[in-house]
Amino acid sequence: MNVPTMADMMAQGKQPEVLFWVGAAGSYDDRAKKISRAFVKILHQAKVDFAVLGTEESSTGDAAKRAGNEFLFQMQAMMNIEVLNGYEVKKIVTCDPHSFNTLKNEYPSLGGKYEVFHHTQFIQDLIAEGRLKIDDTTLKGKRVTFHDPCYLGRANDVYESPRELIKRLGVNLTEMKRNKSTALCCGAGGAQMFKDAEKGDKEINVLRTEDALETKPNIIATGCPYCNTMMTDGIKFKEKEAEVVVKDIAELIAEANNL
Amino acid sequence: MQYLPNIIFALALALGLSFFVMNIRKLFRNIKLGKEVNRTDKKPERLKNMMMIALGQSKMVKRPFSGALHIIVYVGFIIINIEVLEIIIDGLFGTHRVFQGLLGNGIYGFLIGVFEVLAVLVFVAVIVFWLRRNISNIKRFLSKEMKGWPKNDGNYILYFEMVLMTLFLVMNATDASFQQAGVGNTISQFIAPLFDGFSPEGLHTIERTAWWIHILGILVFLNYLYYSKHLHILLAFPNTYFANLNPKGQFTNLDSVTTEVKLMMDPDADPYAAPAEGAEEAIPEKFGASDVADLNWVQLLNAYTCTECGRCTSSCPANLTGKELSPRKIMMDTRDRLEEVGRNIDANKGVFVDDGKQLLNDYISPEELWACTSCNACVEECPVNIDPLSIIMDMRRYLVMEESAAPQELNMMMTNIENNGAPWQYNQQDRLNWANEE
Ligand code: SF4
Ligand code: SF4
Repeated sequence: MNVPTMADMMAQGKQPEVLFWVGAAGSYDDRAKKISRAFVKILHQAKVDFAVLGTEESSTGDAAKRAGNEFLFQMQAMMNIEVLNGYEVKKIVTCDPHSFNTLKNEYPSLGGKYEVFHHTQFIQDLIAEGRLKIDDTTLKGKRVTFHDPCYLGRANDVYESPRELIKRLGVNLTEMKRNKSTALCCGAGGAQMFKDAEKGDKEINVLRTEDALETKPNIIATGCPYCNTMMTDGIKFKEKEAEVVVKDIAELIAEANNL
Repeated sequence: MQYLPNIIFALALALGLSFFVMNIRKLFRNIKLGKEVNRTDKKPERLKNMMMIALGQSKMVKRPFSGALHIIVYVGFIIINIEVLEIIIDGLFGTHRVFQGLLGNGIYGFLIGVFEVLAVLVFVAVIVFWLRRNISNIKRFLSKEMKGWPKNDGNYILYFEMVLMTLFLVMNATDASFQQAGVGNTISQFIAPLFDGFSPEGLHTIERTAWWIHILGILVFLNYLYYSKHLHILLAFPNTYFANLNPKGQFTNLDSVTTEVKLMMDPDADPYAAPAEGAEEAIPEKFGASDVADLNWVQLLNAYTCTECGRCTSSCPANLTGKELSPRKIMMDTRDRLEEVGRNIDANKGVFVDDGKQLLNDYISPEELWACTSCNACVEECPVNIDPLSIIMDMRRYLVMEESAAPQELNMMMTNIENNGAPWQYNQQDRLNWANEE
């Protein structure tokens, strides 16, 4: 798969249209890597001139910041900003709402000012510009429910882009009882992904999966690699793997377009 | 002797108001114990927020049932203040229903008629509130933090309102001249027959008694506010005005940290350089918050504004899955501790004397703090724009940066970020491998 790096681009004296910020999950997590690849296929199909930082990319520091380690966060941020500014990056797209939020909201006051897009927003723009079409026949008739990621929805008020894309797939979008601004967290945010939950009577991802299952979906659509993992685990816990799949919107589009 | 009632009234009013002012000043002082934070920008947007959320109750009605009841009580409260104004003028000058003469029977009758209807509606709404709180099993009223005072406080407010509304109606029903005029007694005309057997003097005594208890009750209620979650009827306004307007996911970047990180990353910085002038005396700033004085004043204002409605807690994923964390409790603890600090200052002639306690551990446990997913559901849900998450985050910062007391797994995650640029233990050189794995 052709994934150019900023360093390659620079060597050729080129400046890509957009930087794809892959994020730690998208780079290392086996499930999330598939989302990164699906998104790259979409970028290729729409002939988007993009690049990644590759080995020059480092954690945005989001998890450290939410865990309370402001030092580590700011060190990461300043290192990343140095690299990004070195390449004169203007536009960034990412499949990770946590990176999206941090790059968009927390980097500017540290000297990193970019136009930042969640991949669903970016794909929506590609469609609006006529650069991409979504085949609405492949997945026709499937029941899909969308789980709003906290850091995309409540944190940044992005509720419509993912829904617009899902509707374009020709599927039947059904909402959970807690949706949009009242959506329930998947349980991974705030650095919870990296530790066991505190004592309670249930796991948060199981509760959220139950919300989703109430809509009797064929597909649970996500827009965040962490949500994806949490919902996938929830489905396994509920032993529903045979009936329900968890897929990122990028994966669904790649699938619909036979990429 | 003729002026005795007026004098007593003036004294009661002065006493009630001065006690109230004294407490409000204490409130200001306590809130100002918090750190500075600039919330003076974007005035039009702030004003709009206040109009929509505090005055217009736009977030209350997201839960339509309690929202509608709340609006009745709220509108009743606002409008009945015109009646209170009349009572105060009457009390001070010995007049009787002074507005009746000023406005004429028509308008006056219409106004009082509306008040009476509102009084009944408020009464009914308050009864329903009471039933919801005490009889129906609504989870957010039964949480651990709602035992004892918070529960009683909620009920006292409701009893107060029931009594005040009853007195208002009785006062009107036993006012012979008002009943005779036959305007505005929409509801009280049906109560009046209950007093049919009374002599005119007896009736007058009842009317005066109801009148006095009504106004004294209002003064007591006014002073009860400071001690109660009912303070929100005043503080909801400044609280929504000063609320955070940034995207909810945008956490503050601590300036003190920025300075140090810049120094650390600057290859030209001389680690042995003499500290800048004045730096020696400056007390190094504490990172994060372990007590109320480490929080900013908006967070403290938040604590006084919290109505303990529990909407935050009932939408908190950690709480919904049985964890210790309850964002409402975070706010209640902050207020309790702040009050304790305030009493300490009062008792020690204006200075705080260390009492060996703090907000962290003595009120809020690390277990509660670590259960938060930073999902912002509590912030979204709060009808008066309180931000419990910001307090949780400031306290986590203290735990991590001052005490190195993060859970072990988080320490590992942070070490990984430091060494490998990812929260997992992977080699940074493998960061692009995903591109060629299919
Ligand atoms: S931000 Fe934290 S306290 Fe607030 S609802 Fe989410 S998990 Fe609960
Ligand atoms: S913080 Fe807001 S939502 Fe939570 S109890 Fe207080 S007033 Fe209600």
